[in-house]
Amino acid sequence: MGVIKTLGRSVRQYKRDSLLAPICVIGEVSMEVTIPFLTGRLIDYGIEAGSMPNIIKYGLILLVMAFVSLAFGALAGKFAAQGSSGFAANLREDMYRRVQTFSFANIDKFSTASLVTRMTTDVTNVNMAYQMIIRIAVRAPIMLIFALIMTVRINSDLTVIYLAAIPVIAVSLGIIATRAHPIFKVVFKAYDKLNLVVEENLRGIKVVKSFNREKHEIDKFNERSDLIYRTFVKAEQLLALNAPIMQGAIYVCNILLCWLGAKAIIASGNDAASGFSTGEFMSFFTYTMQILMSLMMLSMIFVMIVMARNSADRISEVLNEESTITTPEDAVYEVADGSVDFEDVCFSYNSSAEKNVLDHVNLHIASGQTVGIIGGTGSSKSSLVNMIPRLYDVISGSVKVGGRDVREYDIRTLRDEVSMVLQKNELFSGTITENLRWGNENASDEEIRLACRIACAEEFINAFPDGYDTYIEQGGSNVSGGQKQRLCIARALLKKPKILILDDSTSAVDTKTDAVIREGFREYIPGTTKIIIAQRISSVEDADFILVMDDGRIAASGTHEQLLDTSDIYREVYESQSKGVMVDA
Amino acid sequence: MPEMNKGKASAGKAGLKSIKPGTIKRLFSYMAEYKVRLVLVVIFIIISALASVLSSLFIEKLIDNYITPMLSETSPDFGPLAGALGGMAVIYACGAICALLYNRTMAVIGQGTLKKIRDEMFSHMQGLPVRYFDTHPFGDVMSHYTNDADSLRQMITQSIPQSINAIFSIVMVFVSMLYLSVWLSLFVVAFMILFMKLVRVVAGRSGRYFMEQQKNIGILNGYIEEMMNGQKVVKVFNHEEKNTEGFCTRNEDLRVSMTRANIFANIMGPINNNMGYVMYVLIAVIGGAMGIAGVTNISIAGVNTLTLGMIASFLVLSRSFMGPIGMVSQQINSIVMALAGAARIFELLDETPETDEGDVTLVNVRYDGEGNMEECEEKTNKWAWKTISPEGNAEYVPLKGDVKLENVDFGYNSGKQILFDVNVFAEPGQKVAFVGATGAGKTTITNLINRFYDISDGSIEYDGIDIKRIRKNDLRHSIGIVLQDVNLFTGTVMDNIRYGKLDATDEECIAAAKLANADGFIRMLPEGYNTVLTGNGSGLSQGQRQLISIARAAVADPPVMILDEATSSIDTRTEALVQRGMDALMNGRTVFVIAHRLSTVRDSDVIMVMDHGRIIERGSHDRLIEKKGTYYQLYMGAFELD
Repeated sequence: MGVIKTLGRSVRQYKRDSLLAPICVIGEVSMEVTIPFLTGRLIDYGIEAGSMPNIIKYGLILLVMAFVSLAFGALAGKFAAQGSSGFAANLREDMYRRVQTFSFANIDKFSTASLVTRMTTDVTNVNMAYQMIIRIAVRAPIMLIFALIMTVRINSDLTVIYLAAIPVIAVSLGIIATRAHPIFKVVFKAYDKLNLVVEENLRGIKVVKSFNREKHEIDKFNERSDLIYRTFVKAEQLLALNAPIMQGAIYVCNILLCWLGAKAIIASGNDAASGFSTGEFMSFFTYTMQILMSLMMLSMIFVMIVMARNSADRISEVLNEESTITTPEDAVYEVADGSVDFEDVCFSYNSSAEKNVLDHVNLHIASGQTVGIIGGTGSSKSSLVNMIPRLYDVISGSVKVGGRDVREYDIRTLRDEVSMVLQKNELFSGTITENLRWGNENASDEEIRLACRIACAEEFINAFPDGYDTYIEQGGSNVSGGQKQRLCIARALLKKPKILILDDSTSAVDTKTDAVIREGFREYIPGTTKIIIAQRISSVEDADFILVMDDGRIAASGTHEQLLDTSDIYREVYESQSKGVMVDA
Repeated sequence: MPEMNKGKASAGKAGLKSIKPGTIKRLFSYMAEYKVRLVLVVIFIIISALASVLSSLFIEKLIDNYITPMLSETSPDFGPLAGALGGMAVIYACGAICALLYNRTMAVIGQGTLKKIRDEMFSHMQGLPVRYFDTHPFGDVMSHYTNDADSLRQMITQSIPQSINAIFSIVMVFVSMLYLSVWLSLFVVAFMILFMKLVRVVAGRSGRYFMEQQKNIGILNGYIEEMMNGQKVVKVFNHEEKNTEGFCTRNEDLRVSMTRANIFANIMGPINNNMGYVMYVLIAVIGGAMGIAGVTNISIAGVNTLTLGMIASFLVLSRSFMGPIGMVSQQINSIVMALAGAARIFELLDETPETDEGDVTLVNVRYDGEGNMEECEEKTNKWAWKTISPEGNAEYVPLKGDVKLENVDFGYNSGKQILFDVNVFAEPGQKVAFVGATGAGKTTITNLINRFYDISDGSIEYDGIDIKRIRKNDLRHSIGIVLQDVNLFTGTVMDNIRYGKLDATDEECIAAAKLANADGFIRMLPEGYNTVLTGNGSGLSQGQRQLISIARAAVADPPVMILDEATSSIDTRTEALVQRGMDALMNGRTVFVIAHRLSTVRDSDVIMVMDHGRIIERGSHDRLIEKKGTYYQLYMGAFELD
């Protein structure tokens, strides 16, 4: 039951509401079970007796009780709504905050899509189950018990009917619920499969159409659609047994009640005081409904909880996930300079992998140097630079910045000093200025303009009608790839870091602009260590030295000229990019 | 019940007004094949409702006709009572059996109808033009299959039968009430009118807050999605706290509206229940007063005096009146939502499918000894275009892959022209490359050749035949395509390659993979060609996925190929590998290449430099370099390409 404990921590300030809701439910239920007793009295002593004063007396009591019951019911509804919505909000917030502490490794483990589902759909499911629990899960058993008590008080002999009926119903509803659950699981899976076909077709419609595979895909879809049809019908037909079982039970109880009740009334001469009366007889019918309905509700709750269970598990996984990267107790808050050292660094994304992504890497970059990195996909260029701002931790060896192991620094301090433009750039919905201020919240307009000038972004920003106030759509979909990259560089520059890392960040920028940006770096941030990953040789050829990565290792390093002589890989890349043109240039 | 992601879509426009008038009628047309069963269901529902109403009425009979008379007898005979109870037992049994039958039948009708709609939706969607997919967001289309279909299912299998049941119960109870007393029934009607006014106020509020809640869910989910996708950037910029603030405001907004919406939804039950008791008391007081005063009672059975037994029965009936009314009012919301969903589904079904007026078909041919073509059934791997002349004679033109675009103008919407007077002549076996900035119109041209879109002016000819005259399936069959964004399907590697030609043998597929240089890495996969790919081949590298898509195009063996940025997300070294596969694929075919990396296009026979929808330069690489025009500048990296 660790899940309940984990999720329970998110109730917090809504404990009061979550407790008041069931208390009000108790109030409501106690009114609801007393009312049929009093309506019996109204009939016996008022109507049957033809006594207007009694009718008015019991009528008034009933009116008061109905309004008290309404008040309790409304309050229960209010508290339940407040408690459950608040709990859901807390759950979302707790998960969100938790994710903020996650390291890259944690995020990779869950994947962003799954994190989104956990924070949306799963919370909705748990929220609904929670509201059910604090209202109905309390209501049903209490109503069952109270109603039984009332019937025993009126006539204990007749109560035997229920004692016989309850176990029969409980068992059959239980069997149906447990049998239906696995079928519903198959239904969910079938839905996933169906949605997958739709999804693949929506994304790959051009492929489908150009290969004329519409018919093929329709067959695939129909097959899965048919599976849903068959299993869902099976599940629903099983659940369809619920209604007749309940009705059957009510009817059997009613007939027994009629028979035994009639005998009891006649035996006692319709006298409520000495035996059984018609008024009491009629209130028994209401109690039958109340008792059996609470059983029905219990079986519904059971199904609901079973269904929310998976969601609860997924939420608690996020809440219990420990960040793999934390700031040490005696953290260092000062980065001495922009030097970077790798000492025999090994790294792998997955501890069980046979092969390391980085394999015994040694490297020294002096503060203020410009370093280029070249290599094929999968050669671990990005992994190498990811170690510097401690996005991932090494498996063995040590990565040092400013002469200290990165694990000794306060993470914020380290990441403020090591500014990185990721390969997968993201801009967020908001104006250009808002996006740039991510780099430095308090940046002045001049600073922002300077950063944009260095990143060669000033010109196109000024060409927008709204300039720096231009609204960027989610994911930066309304700027071109090259513009996006330059904005991301400007954003990173605003941090004024000691180390600037560009992970393939100018791939969509033309070579001329690319050169101007690098020129800007030399002019405006000469003291900053610059590490540039690129696919184009031209982006790195003027670096102090260039690393050639291959298969998790530094295959070669040196200046452009040296590498042309010594590295086959480098020469191969160079030639593939300049064959036939640059020969005499 | 599957609780699907009730996201933005179901937020839709609620309210009965937004539902098109024909929606309900059209929905019923999908149930036409279940006509007989539907009638049966209604009968079953009526019987089952009747049984429960009779059960209330029986109590009056029991008291007035059996218990009261027997009370005065010294040795009461329980025989008649037993007989009456036996009769009731039969009615009850019928009621319970009917409940079982209609629930089971409704499951078949509901799921069957849904399957029919779903299948029609998908097959209709497959026939829609590419324009539809380009203009409708992925999530919106997807939600027709999830949210909209789910709310429909709930309505058909639950809301409708429950409402029918409730309405019949209400009618029958009311008739029984009239049978007892018109005066008291009129009072019930008056009370109900007041009650409904109250319900409408509460339900109206609840509806408004519910919409607000859906809106806030949309906003919050959007925020979560954006931030989760950018989480790595957030971390690099130490932006966690700032973001959490943004999250918390949106989260709080949602909490407030969700609480409000739920409060109103939650108090509907108690209101319904307790107002029933209020009505009960009032009937008891009025009825009691009338009975005691001996007021003349009018009922549909005639004029009589109000007996005490009649008042008691009326009171029982009034209880069974409120239950179904509560049920109907609970279902209204979900019915409205489902109808809105149905309207959205019908919108999709009303989209005009791709038209195909082509009558030129692609057929297998055989050459006889003198080199004459003869149409044949068997697969000869030799193809020809078959035209039927006005006189009814079949004429055959061999399939070669000669593509001509003459004076082509085009715009995606009528207001904005994208291509201006484009002329391209590609002879069989030639390689034509398009270069130019984003938005210059390169991809647009290829979209026109296989008729994903139709040109506005000019003409496109394939082997001398206007492509408008060619049946679309056959036109596309003769054009292979490899796109930058590789789309693989869930299934084995072999299945994915075979996608190009469904009747290809394993050997043909492997040969295609070898041609594409993909055989090597495929054999290294855990299960080789039988490795199951999921999530668009997520276990493979970008280059490997591209190689599979090249093999897929190769197995189809078309005379014309379109390669749209097929290698741009691959680094230059991997590209060399892919390039060898591509070169093999291109050999002997007419090829249109779009590339952003100029190394890819260098060897083309003709290079078209595009700018703002016009071809501004054309010629071979060497000629264009010599010319020192735009291409030369592009090649030297002076312009930006993205």
